[in-house]
Amino acid sequence: MTDDAQARIDAVVKNNAAVLFMKGSPLFPQCGFSSRAVAILDHLDVQYESVDVLQDQGVRQGIKAYSDWPTIPQLYVNGEFVGGSDIMMEMYESGELAELFQGAAAAE
Amino acid sequence: MPMAAAEIEAMILAAIPDARVEITDLAGDGDHYAARVVAPSFAGLSRVRQHQAVYAALGGRMGGVLHALQLTTAAG
Repeated sequence: MTDDAQARIDAVVKNNAAVLFMKGSPLFPQCGFSSRAVAILDHLDVQYESVDVLQDQGVRQGIKAYSDWPTIPQLYVNGEFVGGSDIMMEMYESGELAELFQGAAAAE
Repeated sequence: MPMAAAEIEAMILAAIPDARVEITDLAGDGDHYAARVVAPSFAGLSRVRQHQAVYAALGGRMGGVLHALQLTTAAG
């Protein structure tokens, strides 16, 4: 992992209201967990940026250190780490994820 | 080399002794698991912190030999 990757990750996280680090793209997810994360966000009909970690080894490893989280996908909203696909699913089912995005939209 | 369900449970209990752990082998292949971990010591911790505690218990295997572990946690 390089400091350069950490700086690039930090810039993406801080400069987007919502960003999903995933394997593949929202159109073509390359992993079941990333696919589930995309499906949740699509259900909520919210805007988000996505970063395909398979395109950048520095980001792929660096994002795990950035959040102290061992797996991908990872969702960030308002610069804060929200969780992986399991936490996204729990928060989707409880309505918390929709509330989080409503708050994010209101803050813009 | 996949991990056995009993091994996953033992590692979680070693690090979080007050936890109740339920492990389901989702595909019957010893490689795709769901775990539910409920522990009184999770009280006051965010979901992210609760999951991080379980991942720490698994000592770096998560995302490595343990690719597919659906995790739910709760205090209680």
